[in-house]
Amino acid sequence: MATMELVRRSASSSPAFQPGAQEVAKLIDVSKCIGCKACQAACLEWNDLREEVGFNDGTLNNPHDLTPASFTVMRFTEWENAATGNLEFLIRKDGCMHCSDPGCLKACPAPGAIVQYSNGIVDFDHDKCIGCGYCVKGCPFNIPRISKADNKAYKCTLCSDRVAVGQGPACAKACPTKAISFGTKQEMKDLADKRINDLKSRGYGQAGLYDPPGVNGTHVMYVLHHNDRPSLYAGLPDNPKISTVVELWKGVAKYAGLAFIGLAAVGAAVHHMVAGPNRVSSEDEENAARLKEKA
Amino acid sequence: MASTSSTKSVVVDRYAVGARINHWVTAISFILLALSGLAFFTPSLYFLTGLFGGGQLARTLHPWIGVVLFISFSGLFVRFWKANLWNADDSAWMSKLPDVVAGHEERLPEIGKYNAGQKLVFWGMALLILVLFATGLVIWQQYFGASSSIDQQRVALLIHAAAAVGTILIWIVHVYAAIWVRGTIQAMTRGNVTGGWGWRHHRKWLREEVQKGEVKAQPAE
Ligand code: HEM
Ligand code: SF4
Repeated sequence: MATMELVRRSASSSPAFQPGAQEVAKLIDVSKCIGCKACQAACLEWNDLREEVGFNDGTLNNPHDLTPASFTVMRFTEWENAATGNLEFLIRKDGCMHCSDPGCLKACPAPGAIVQYSNGIVDFDHDKCIGCGYCVKGCPFNIPRISKADNKAYKCTLCSDRVAVGQGPACAKACPTKAISFGTKQEMKDLADKRINDLKSRGYGQAGLYDPPGVNGTHVMYVLHHNDRPSLYAGLPDNPKISTVVELWKGVAKYAGLAFIGLAAVGAAVHHMVAGPNRVSSEDEENAARLKEKA
Repeated sequence: MASTSSTKSVVVDRYAVGARINHWVTAISFILLALSGLAFFTPSLYFLTGLFGGGQLARTLHPWIGVVLFISFSGLFVRFWKANLWNADDSAWMSKLPDVVAGHEERLPEIGKYNAGQKLVFWGMALLILVLFATGLVIWQQYFGASSSIDQQRVALLIHAAAAVGTILIWIVHVYAAIWVRGTIQAMTRGNVTGGWGWRHHRKWLREEVQKGEVKAQPAE
C-alpha cells in the first residue's frame, strides 16, 4: 500500500515527517456531535476490545478516562458562556491526535515500537513495545495507556488496518450525525472551512480548525466553535508541543551524557599510558615492616 | 626487581568478609543497572537488553535491581560513613591534586583510611544513588505510574538519566583508581593490603593499625 509506507520508527534515525499529498486526516466536528458514543462502541467492536463495567460518577463520561481498552472517549463539559448567558454542553471525542511530530515516538526507547506512516498515522507495534511508559511522558495530549495485563502501550490506531485497505476508521463509519469525517488532510481542511464559515454565520465568531502548529499539525483535527479557547473542551491543550523537559532529555542530555562517559573512559586510558601504574616499591614495604618492628 | 626476601613484609586487613560481600553485591547490581539503563538511554545500546532476556524483561528487572542496589548501598553507607567524614588532611590533599594525578605521593600529606578522592566517590555515590532511587520510583510505570503527574514524571526521567550519567562517571574514576593504584583490588578480593601499600597511600591509617597491633607478618606463600 503506497499510502501506508513507513517513514519513521522510534529509537532509530529517521528524518522528520514530511507533509504531502498522501496525508490523511480525521476531522471531528465538535459542533455536530450529540454525544451518543456510537464511535466508542464502534471502536471497541472493530478493535475487539472489552471495557470493564464501570460506575457512574454523576456525569456522562463513561468510561471516565482513556484506558488500554478504550482508545477513544467522549468528554463532556458544561460551560456557562458569560458573553451570551447560555449554558453550553461541549462534547469532545478524545483520543490520539496522530501528530506530525509525535512526542511518543520521540520518547520511545524501543526501536520500531512506534512507527509513523507517510500518510501521517502514528501506530504502536506491540511486539516491540517494552512497557516502559516513556510514550506516556512524551505525549502532549496524555493519550497512551499501559495495559496491566500485558505491559504494552495502547492507543487509537486511526484504524490503520482499515485505512491500509482503503476504508475509513470505524468511528467515522458509525457516527450518525457525520460529526466524524475521514479523507486526505487537504479534503478535511476544505470541509472544515465550509463548516467554520457556516458556524461563523450563526454567531460563532471564534469558530476554527484545531490543527496545532506546535506539533507540526495533527492527523486528527477538530472543528471547534470556540477555537480561541481549546482548553474549554475538557482541557484540550491550547498550544500543545513536546515538553521542553522531554526535548532536553532526548536531546542534549543524551548526547552530553554519552560524550562525558566516553571522555572519562578515554581519559582514564590516556592517564594510564602517560603516568604508568602506581606501584608500591620495595622501600615502601620495608618502611612498613620497620614501622611494625618499632611498635 | 628488588628482592623483598631480606625484610619481612607485612599485611594489613582492610575489609572483613561481610564488607566485601556487601561491596560486591553493590558492584554487581550497579553494573547490571548501568547496562540495562544505558540500553533505554540510547538506541545504539538497545542491544544490551539482550543480556537481560529482551526489552520487556530488562524493563521489568531494572527497577528491582535498583531496589537491591539501594538496600545494598545503604549497608555500605552505614559501614563507611564515619571513615569518610571530611578533615583537614583532605583539604590539603585536594590542594595538591596535580601531584595526586602525577603519582607524586611523597609530596602529599599522610592520609587516614580514605583519601579525599575516595571520600568524594563515596559521598557522590551516596547522593546520586538516593536521587536515582527516588526518581526511579517516580518513573516506575508498572507500580507507580498513577502516583505522580506526567509533568513530574518527565522531570524525574531527566534527573534519573542525568544522575545515572553522574554515577557512571564516578564509577569510572573509582574503578580506574583501583586499577591504577596497584595492590588495591586485593583489598576487596582477599580483604587485605600489603604494608607497603598502606605506607605509600594511607600512612596515617597504617600507623593506627600498627598501634592497634593489627599488622601481621606476611603468611608464608
Ligand atoms: C536505585 C534504584 C533505581 C530505580 C528504582 C530505577 C528505576 C528506573 C526505571 C523505572 C527506569 C525506566 C525504565 C524501566 O521501567 O525499567 C529507569 C531508567 C534508567 N535507569 Fe534506573 N533505576 C535505579 C537505579 C539506576 C542506576 C544506579 C543507574 C545507573 C547506573 C540507572 C540508570 C538508568 C538509566 C540510564 C535509565 C534510562 C533513562 C533514559 O531512558 O534516559 N538506574 N530506572
Ligand atoms: S511503553 Fe512501549 S510504545 Fe511506549 S515508549 Fe515504552 S516501548 Fe515505546
